Amino acid sequence: MSVSKASKPLTLETLLPKIVLAPTTVAMLVCMYGFMLWTGALSFTKSRMLPQWEFVGWDQYARLFSNPRWDVALNNLLIFGVLFIAISLLIGLVLAIFLDQKIRGEGAIRTIYLYPMAVSFVVTGTAWKWILNPGLGLEKLMIDLGFENFEFRWLVEPDMAIYTIVIAAVWQSSGFVMAMFLAGLRGVDDSLIKAAQIDGASPFRAYWHVILPILRPVFFSAIVILSHIAIKSFDLVQALTGGGPGYSSDLPANFMYTFAFNRAQMGLGGASAMVMLMGVLAILVPYLYSELRGQRNGQ
Amino acid sequence: MLKRTLAVCVAAASMAAATAQAANVEVLHWWTSGGEAKSVAYLKEKLAEANVGWEDFAVAGGGGESAMTVLKSRAASGNPPTAAQIKGPSIQEWGDLGFLADIDSVAKANNWDALLPGVVSDVMKFDGKYVAAPVNVHRVNWLWANPAVFEKAGATIPTTWDDFIVQAKKIQDAGFIALAHGGQAWQDATVFEAVVLGVGGPEYYQKAFVELDADALNSATTEEVFRVFGELRQFVDSNAAGRDWNIATSMVINGEAAMQIMGDWAKGEFTVAGKTPGVDYACVAAPGTSGAFTFNVDSFAFFSQGDADAQVAQQEMAKQILGEDFQKVFNLNKGSIPARLGMARDEFDSCAHASMDAFVASAETGGLVPSFAHGMAVSEAVSGAIYDTATNFFNSDQSAADAKSQLIASIQSAM
Amino acid sequence: MASKTQFSAGRALIYAFLLIMALLYLTPLYVMIATSFKDIEEIRSGNLLALPQDPTLYAWIKAWSSACTGSECEGLAPFFMNSVKVVVPAVLLSTIIGALNGYVLAKWRFRGSEVLFGMLLFGCFIPFQVVLLPMARLLAELGLANTVTGLVLVHVVYGLAFTTLFFRNFYVSVPTELVKAAQLDGAGFFAIFRHIFLPVSLPIFVVTIIWQFTQIWNDFLFGVVYSGPGTQPITVALNNLVNTSVGGKEYNVDMAAAVIAALPTLLVYIFAGKYFVRGLTAGAVKG
Repeated sequence: MSVSKASKPLTLETLLPKIVLAPTTVAMLVCMYGFMLWTGALSFTKSRMLPQWEFVGWDQYARLFSNPRWDVALNNLLIFGVLFIAISLLIGLVLAIFLDQKIRGEGAIRTIYLYPMAVSFVVTGTAWKWILNPGLGLEKLMIDLGFENFEFRWLVEPDMAIYTIVIAAVWQSSGFVMAMFLAGLRGVDDSLIKAAQIDGASPFRAYWHVILPILRPVFFSAIVILSHIAIKSFDLVQALTGGGPGYSSDLPANFMYTFAFNRAQMGLGGASAMVMLMGVLAILVPYLYSELRGQRNGQ
Repeated sequence: MLKRTLAVCVAAASMAAATAQAANVEVLHWWTSGGEAKSVAYLKEKLAEANVGWEDFAVAGGGGESAMTVLKSRAASGNPPTAAQIKGPSIQEWGDLGFLADIDSVAKANNWDALLPGVVSDVMKFDGKYVAAPVNVHRVNWLWANPAVFEKAGATIPTTWDDFIVQAKKIQDAGFIALAHGGQAWQDATVFEAVVLGVGGPEYYQKAFVELDADALNSATTEEVFRVFGELRQFVDSNAAGRDWNIATSMVINGEAAMQIMGDWAKGEFTVAGKTPGVDYACVAAPGTSGAFTFNVDSFAFFSQGDADAQVAQQEMAKQILGEDFQKVFNLNKGSIPARLGMARDEFDSCAHASMDAFVASAETGGLVPSFAHGMAVSEAVSGAIYDTATNFFNSDQSAADAKSQLIASIQSAM
Repeated sequence: MASKTQFSAGRALIYAFLLIMALLYLTPLYVMIATSFKDIEEIRSGNLLALPQDPTLYAWIKAWSSACTGSECEGLAPFFMNSVKVVVPAVLLSTIIGALNGYVLAKWRFRGSEVLFGMLLFGCFIPFQVVLLPMARLLAELGLANTVTGLVLVHVVYGLAFTTLFFRNFYVSVPTELVKAAQLDGAGFFAIFRHIFLPVSLPIFVVTIIWQFTQIWNDFLFGVVYSGPGTQPITVALNNLVNTSVGGKEYNVDMAAAVIAALPTLLVYIFAGKYFVRGLTAGAVKG
């Protein structure tokens, strides 16, 4: 598959690919893995306001798992991660399939779905807060319109606040997923669908059995990107709920930032970051591995 | 590739850096809104008169949380600003890490020991030497009330927490919101603090929430504090979650709500709305705390500078901060009272006068206590633990007994 | 893919669904823009979704030129260029490096290159809050603490994973036979890149540049921590402007400022949006 061969003499030309990748490799080893190791080391120290290299074993991890707020944050990440990724994929896919039906004004509609990706939550946070606030936004609007029993108060209910984060996050990212799926669909040969329909399959079955399997690589890219966004969701919580009511809508990234930087418990913050990374490692690496392998075999 | 572009960029950056003058102060702060920004600009002017340039490094958000992140990164890179807005026990932590500059010579020359009350100057010193300069003293335990609402509801402004619950019920029955509140952790903690002081008294407050005495924390008083705090849940409207404090204040201003527990910065909102203290609104001590004063002192801490010119500029800044001009202008803008004693008080309003009197009086009776909700009493880690417990309790139906044990456990784990 | 475009009930439903979704997606932006043209009184008393009764430019002018962002009250204008100075080099560098990386990872694989790619994808799962302090130290070692260059460098480093991903996936679909033929003709590494890959790369360049531009323009965390006084990006100024705690919040100014700060990225999406999907179609999302 690769064009370079091991038997070639060692010349500048054969070394070039490696030379080209060298800066990225160095940057990656230092700024990603080096800093991960650094954080790992930090998590075993008693560091408070700034890093101090006095080691205390697993103490910070013990503190972390005895902290009720961390439980809440982990649970929230689970709810948020699963719902956010699943709903974004679903909405993105549905929008893409519908948009692919030779829709008039497709360009404009597409741009509308895409634009949320362009604006940060520092920007849209306030607008979202208003819309979701029962006294200002949707609920008030519906009551003003005469639906007096309309209730939409997730933002102020500790058990439901995390779902408002899901809503805003889906709003921001599903358009991008739509674009990826649309692109994937455009790459699918029209005759496949026709063949399926001639065989008597309903449009739904045709998509389910013929198209979706072809879109598998799109799912891969989308899941990688969405899980990056999910794990790192921070601004979203900060802008929308500030972690509240109470700390009911906290996510691990917010927990880590709060403890490391605002509460002078850097060791604890480091421990929480390591737990997050290990979680990602456990879930994502098998997936990355199988997909990358599958692609290679498929080529 | 990366290296080559780096080299080019380094050259560009060093040219940019060269434009900075020698005698500048670089100041990290989070005062970016109206009156506060004006006050900072005034300090900047005063320094310009003394030929000291000002490099503004403003980072707003979350009561300085973002600014502290920046400060820590700057410190980690060995490049801290000349001065930064830091307060309370954090000053000691920065001192412990060896970052702070000794400005004792300015303090001596200007007689700070005589000008500043003991509780304030203690906070400004590390190892017996001044390392920071205070700009103001906030009183946190205020109750802001709208007398018109009280009149309509046939209620009176409460002076104890038991009475508060009685009056608040009347107000609620009359169709008003009794307690204007924003459901953010620090606001929950601000109200909690007032309850601690009002129910437990200054001595308990000092022992349990400043000295973190285990017996005091584990006493029945703590449970009683949580019980009263829990009662307050019913008086807050259901849309409070996430509300900014100044929106809550405006609910009192426009007569939607009767009361708010908030520090004296709330006064600025009343002033902007054109209201007169004593007529349109009342400022009284939070229930059960009339002889006490929870203080919150904003200050600038100074960071060690290698360069001699920078040190001169830094000292000039310290001197100006304690100057009567700046203290007056700043505190008129901010609603607080000057950190230095013995200033002319005629330009301040009646709420500020009450605050000044309470400050002096409470210092003698032992009612003067540092605010834990505003980072004056305990380390960031411990106050964070208190925040978590208070906000979680207030936003759930946790029992007072459970809250007490959670409080003790989380304080322990934060120490 | 529907072969006929006749107007059936099914198609009506599809249109209805797409339009309702479009309206929902537009709501936050609409609220922001409508609010930015209202005066404070109208915001307090009126409906969130109502059109401005008496549109005024006051908020826009104030946000651009006179709102306070610190001890200076010159609006967002001075910060606009600060962002441009960071975004342009950071986007270009990360895109160019990503293109070369993708080229190698797609067509010049060597032992371990796939592992490298996997590591790169995993590596950027590191929460950026974690890298703040060690990165600050590193920048200080390089003499780049609180400089524009340092900030550019940070953005390049943490942007590489995605730019590499985009280009690699795109270049994989270029037939390897073309490369082999060119090699037989004696073309070298860079010649093949220039003559075979670059000419077909426009769509993926567009995708990558849009992506990077959006990410870096909207960045707050790195911008606030690694910039110096006088070089703070616009998101920091916006944050300072919006996060005021005292003295009557001017929501209309906040909203106008927010729209101003988002304008460059919005325009990019509006005008380059169609290339975006086209670029993705051309192969970015294929494995």
